[in-house]
Amino acid sequence: MTSTTVTTAEKPSSRISGRTILIALLVAIGIAIVYYYIVDPTATTSVLAGTIRQATPLILGALCGLIGERSGIINIGIEGQMLMAAFVAFMVNVALGPIMPLGLALFLGVVSGILVGALMGGFLAWMSVTLKLDQIIGGTVINILALGLTSYFYVIGLTTRGKLPTFALGPLADIPLIGPVLFNRSPIQYLAIILVFVVQFALFRTVWGLRTRSVGEHPSAADTVGISVKMTRYMNVIIAGCFAGLAGAYLTLESVGTFERGMTNGRGFIALAVMIFGRWTPLGSWGAALLFGFATALKTQLDFMGLNVPPQLTGSMPYILTIVVLAGFAGRARPPAAVGQPYESE
Amino acid sequence: MAAQETETMQERESVGKRLWRSASVPVLSIILALVIGGVILALSGNNPIAAYVALLRGSFGSAEAFGRTLEKATPLIFGGLAVAFAFKAGLFNIGGQGQLLIGAIIAAYVGFAFDGLPFIIHMPLALIAGAVAGGLYGAIAGALKAYTGAHEVITTIMLNYVAINLTDYLADGPWKDEGIIARTPAVLESAVIPTWGFLPFGFLLAVLAAIATWYLVYRTTFGYAIRTTGINPNAAQYAGIKVSQVIILTMGISGFLAGMGGAVETLGVVGRYQPGFNLGLGFDGITIALLAKTNPLGVIPAAILIGAMQAGSSQMQFSAGVPFQIIDVIQALILFFVSADIIVRKVFRMRETGGEKITLSTGWGS
Repeated sequence: MTSTTVTTAEKPSSRISGRTILIALLVAIGIAIVYYYIVDPTATTSVLAGTIRQATPLILGALCGLIGERSGIINIGIEGQMLMAAFVAFMVNVALGPIMPLGLALFLGVVSGILVGALMGGFLAWMSVTLKLDQIIGGTVINILALGLTSYFYVIGLTTRGKLPTFALGPLADIPLIGPVLFNRSPIQYLAIILVFVVQFALFRTVWGLRTRSVGEHPSAADTVGISVKMTRYMNVIIAGCFAGLAGAYLTLESVGTFERGMTNGRGFIALAVMIFGRWTPLGSWGAALLFGFATALKTQLDFMGLNVPPQLTGSMPYILTIVVLAGFAGRARPPAAVGQPYESE
Repeated sequence: MAAQETETMQERESVGKRLWRSASVPVLSIILALVIGGVILALSGNNPIAAYVALLRGSFGSAEAFGRTLEKATPLIFGGLAVAFAFKAGLFNIGGQGQLLIGAIIAAYVGFAFDGLPFIIHMPLALIAGAVAGGLYGAIAGALKAYTGAHEVITTIMLNYVAINLTDYLADGPWKDEGIIARTPAVLESAVIPTWGFLPFGFLLAVLAAIATWYLVYRTTFGYAIRTTGINPNAAQYAGIKVSQVIILTMGISGFLAGMGGAVETLGVVGRYQPGFNLGLGFDGITIALLAKTNPLGVIPAAILIGAMQAGSSQMQFSAGVPFQIIDVIQALILFFVSADIIVRKVFRMRETGGEKITLSTGWGS
């Protein structure tokens, strides 16, 4: 079933038509944005800025997912990694805030969030590479553990010491529409966009990327030419954890400014759908993350405008969109061939 | 083939030995989890012994406490069965939560809206309506997997959020009770599931459901098709089993079980639907199913264990001052040790035993 669709998708003719569709789509989106900007500049700007904001944890989570999966490790524990990192980043910031400059306390909060993400990545790698646990169960262990630990150690009523601020990128921020949307953002939002291009380059243009992909597609062949499958997988899942950790730190220190139980609200899972929709590529995932970010930002705007739609129904939009996207694209996109299988060297 | 050999080996052993063989890893996993949980308690400034004593007293200390344990165990049995049953077909149903919510609110609706029916019709009707609603909701994820290849792990979790939003909307909108609180009216007397002494009737229903599920999995042709699909979907397809039908039906039955859990809880314990109902059951169901090694009958003791922890956790918080969320940590540790049985064997120097290996990661994203 899958194999036939894959071969048709890889025919050059269909790739060209795909690109034409993509360009047509982008042009249509551009025209729509300009149109709505002329009609209602404030609402349009706030929806688009909201899109970038909402897309940030999703693209970081998707990068986490795809770096792992490109090396053959399924990670459904992104949600737990984000939650744990959000909590630790928050607690470190709260603890250090009173004894050092706020900027430093925020920075160390972010760093500790990244480290916790990496640590949990290491735990996932240990479970799936060394213990050869089913990777879906390994990810579930991480999710439940993170929910339990963060809820157990949670203290009601704390808020962060300061929040990562937005800063304008000089004259670029003064461009109408584009300025406030793209060039007046907070640090992790900028970083997430930069990381999309870094990972895209690293995955397809560097030795690390080649090794990662070979381990994910054909581990025994990679092993034959001297690439350590286990080491590559360990390294990738740990690096990937940093991205989920950054997403967690973003949620507490940049977006919300406090921690709440279960505050990730399924973003780790939506990130997986984003990754699949983006066909396991960083650029594709970014496009998908923007689409999801847009759905969420639009919902916020609709609630704000006081339309007579119950908020519980608009609240379902991102989740229903995830299902629709998965249903439409999952069967057609091809995951790395060796994903989910523990490697046994012969 | 290997499974058959171990089966004949097992037949030669005494019942006690067989029981130990299958229960040793779960039991030792629980012990390890409690020890590590104790370390976390001690490190965070609590007395683990006092906490565990309070936990035990609150769950088995009196007839009343034991009744509460069984009451807590009831939806957990259904949740565990839902996950365990789907596991048999190689499907991971994390959507127990959503299916339970849908089952609960539909049971509540039938319970409060259908006036004038006798108990003998009204209660079963509300129960079955909830179960069927949960089943249909579960079948959505099954159909998505069968027809589009969307992995059930993501779709069921997304459907959980949709169910939370949908039930919140219904309880705060069309089906809202009078007053300011967002909840449905109380179900009528004729739809309430009774309690005998300390024994909730719902618990007996759960045990019956476990036996029925066991029978379906191990003694029917459809159960055989499910297990074959779980072991190797391609081989099952080749052998003439309609795999896509099996997937949809399995998710449907799995959702039916979870939905019935929601209905039993609504009609027997809560008496109405209110938002925030039984959150977290989906994850509990996973722990229970794996603790039971996905055996439907094993789900009963596993659910009683987790139910006891939940029933005792309020006592623990009250008399030992320990946040009840430590229960979630211990549960995650149990899940980890049960799945990573290799660690348990190393710690206790045990030999490898045969058994079913669970593989869920096939068909990921494709």
